[in-house]
Amino acid sequence: MEIIVCIKQVPGTSKVQVDPVTGVLMRDGIDTKMNPYDLFALETAVRLREKHGGHVKVISMGPKQALDVIKEAFMLGADEGLLVSDRKFAGADVLATSYALSQGIRKMGEFDIILTGKQTTDGDTAQVGPEIAEYLEIPHIANVLKITEVTVKSVTVEMDMPDTVELVRVTYPCLLSVEKDIFAPRLPSFKKKTETKDREIRIIGLNDMEDKDEKRYGLSGSPTQVERIFPPDENSDKETWEGSGEELADRLSDKLKELKFI
Amino acid sequence: MGKLLIHQNLVNAEIAEKLIKLCPFGSIEYSNGNLDIDAGCKMCRICVKKGPNGVIEYVEEQAPKVDKEAYAGIAVYVDHSEGKIHPVTYELIGKAKELAAKVGYPVYCIFLGYQIFESAEDLLYYGVDKVFIYDYKELEHFRIEPYTAAFEDFINIVKPSSILVGATTIGRSLAPRIAARFRTGLTADCTRLDIKDNSDLIQIRPAFGGNIMAQIITPNSRPQIATVRYKIMTAPKRKAEPSGEIVVCSMDTAKFESDVEVLKVTKKENEDNISESEIIVVAGRGIKTRKDMALAYELAEVLGGNFAGTRPMVEAGWIDAKKQIGLSGRTVKPKLIITLGISGAVQFTAGMQSADFIFAINKDPNAAIFSVAHYALIGDIYEIVPRLIKNIKLAKGLSGEIPKYSAPSSMN
Repeated sequence: MEIIVCIKQVPGTSKVQVDPVTGVLMRDGIDTKMNPYDLFALETAVRLREKHGGHVKVISMGPKQALDVIKEAFMLGADEGLLVSDRKFAGADVLATSYALSQGIRKMGEFDIILTGKQTTDGDTAQVGPEIAEYLEIPHIANVLKITEVTVKSVTVEMDMPDTVELVRVTYPCLLSVEKDIFAPRLPSFKKKTETKDREIRIIGLNDMEDKDEKRYGLSGSPTQVERIFPPDENSDKETWEGSGEELADRLSDKLKELKFI
Repeated sequence: MGKLLIHQNLVNAEIAEKLIKLCPFGSIEYSNGNLDIDAGCKMCRICVKKGPNGVIEYVEEQAPKVDKEAYAGIAVYVDHSEGKIHPVTYELIGKAKELAAKVGYPVYCIFLGYQIFESAEDLLYYGVDKVFIYDYKELEHFRIEPYTAAFEDFINIVKPSSILVGATTIGRSLAPRIAARFRTGLTADCTRLDIKDNSDLIQIRPAFGGNIMAQIITPNSRPQIATVRYKIMTAPKRKAEPSGEIVVCSMDTAKFESDVEVLKVTKKENEDNISESEIIVVAGRGIKTRKDMALAYELAEVLGGNFAGTRPMVEAGWIDAKKQIGLSGRTVKPKLIITLGISGAVQFTAGMQSADFIFAINKDPNAAIFSVAHYALIGDIYEIVPRLIKNIKLAKGLSGEIPKYSAPSSMN
C-alpha cells in the first residue's frame, strides 16, 4: 500500500494576544510541535503498512523549521518525507495551502490512500483534507472513526454522521480524514531517530511544481483575506464579586434563587 | 492581494532586530546584511504597519475582479439525516434573512436528498423565498461526489452571492469540497456574520490559535462560503402561514457517479447531549485532580443540569470528548452556565458566550473568562463550590451536608 500523510507544524502554545496599547500580535514563545491530530493519521498509516506492506510518505508545507515535524514523523515510522517550502507560498489561506499540497503530492508518485488529521490546533478549519481531494480529483471520506477492511482495491471505514454511523467503502486512490482516537498513537522511537538522522528530506518550491503560476499560491492564491484582527469583545453588562469563599458561595446561591434556578 | 517588498538599503542591524522582534511568527531573518522573510509569513503585515517606517512595503497587485453583480442571494444548505432537518439549518436561515435584508437579496435553501419534498415544505414557514430541491435516489445517503455535483449544479444555475453551511460532519466535508471546486473562499466556524453594501460577507471567528478575533472577507471570488456551528445563531420563529416556493431541480444523473458505496447505516444511541441542556456546569484546569471533577458533577447534579469540560480536560482524559465545550467541541446556549477554574480562551468562550447567565469562578482576576461573564467571581473553586452545593441542597430541602468529593463510576 502506498500511503501519504499530510502533517503540519503548529505553535506549541496558543497564547497569541493582541497588545491593547500597540495593537500588535504578541506570541508567548516560539516552541512548535506536530499538530496533535496528525499523530492519529500517522499512526493509522504506519499500522496499515505493518499489516499490508508498502510505504508511508509524509508531506508538509511550511518554513524550513517544519523539517522538524518530518523528522519526528520518521521517528514514528514514516519512510520518506517531502517539505513544500517557498516564500511565494506565504500568507496562504486554506485554498492556496491545499493547492500547494496537492501539487506537492503530484511529485510523490502513485498512492492508494492519503491520510489527514481532522484539523489543526492553530487553523482549526478542518478543510484542507477535502480541498486536497478535490484538487486531486479523488473521493474523500471525512470523520473516519475506524477502518474496518482493507483490500487491494478499496478500504471500508466507519464514518461519523450527526445521527448515525455509516459503513462506507471507497476505492483507491482516495483521501481519508481520521478522527481523534482512531488508534492510540505510538511514542517516537529513539532508535528510529538514530537510524534516520541522515535521511534526506526533499524540499520543493514553486519552480518544482507542475503549475508554476505564482497567482495560484500564497496570498495571491488566497480568496479569503484577514481584513483586521481585534481582541474579543468585553461583556459590558457585568458584576464582579470578591470576598471569602463562604461569602461568594452564599452570594451566588442567593443570586441563583433570585433568578429562579433554585 | 499583494506582496511584501523589502527596501534593503534602509536596513541595518538595529532595524533588523526591531523587525525580528515584531514578527509574531518568527519569520524575519537577518544574515550577511540581508533582511529576508521566510515561508512562515502569514501576511499579517504588522511589519509594514508597526515596523520602522517604509522598510518593508506592502505592494498591492492588480487582481482580476469578479463580477459581483452576476451573483445574488444568500443560500443556506439544508443539513439533514434522511429528511429530518438539522436545527442548525433554521438558525442559518434566520441569519441569512438578516443579511439578505441589508442588501436586498432573496434567501434560498439548497436541499439534496431522496424523498425530501415533504420536509422541504416545512422550510416555507421560515420566510425562505425559494427552496431548491434535488430529489434523487443517488442522493439518499451522503456521498461526497454526488452531493458536490448537485451543489455545483445549484451554484451554476442560481449563482448565490453567499452560502451558509452548518458546520456538522456533513457540512465540514461538503463545504470545503465545493469551495475548492469553485476556487473560492470558505471561512469555517464563523461566530459572527455581517454584510457590506457591496455584498462582501463579513466573516468573523477566533484566529491564529489564540486570544484574538479575525475579520475575514472574500473580496474577489464568488460565491462566498461560510460554515457556522449549531447554537451560534438564533433560529427565527416559525410563521403561521407558509410563503415562498419549492423549485424541483433536475440534472444529468451521470454526474452522480461515485467511487463511494454506503454499505450500512446504524443509528446512534440517544446521547446525553449538552447542546440541549438548560443548565451547565463546566470544569476547567482550575480543577486539580481527576477525583476533584466530582465537584463539577455534584454541582451540576444538585442544580438539575449537565456537566461539561474544556479541551484540556478532554485531552487529560478526565471527561468524554462529547462533553467538551468550545469551538472544536460543542456550542451551547443554556439559560445558566457556571464555569469552574476556566481561564476563558476564545476557542472556549466561542462555544458558550451566548448563554443567558454566565457565572465564572476563577482565582485570577485577569482571567479572560471575566470579559464574557455576567457575574465574575474572583475566588477559589475549592472554597466556593462545596459550600455552594450545600446551600443549594438546603434550599431544595435536601440533606445539607458538605459533600465529600467522590466521582460516581458512571461519570464518563
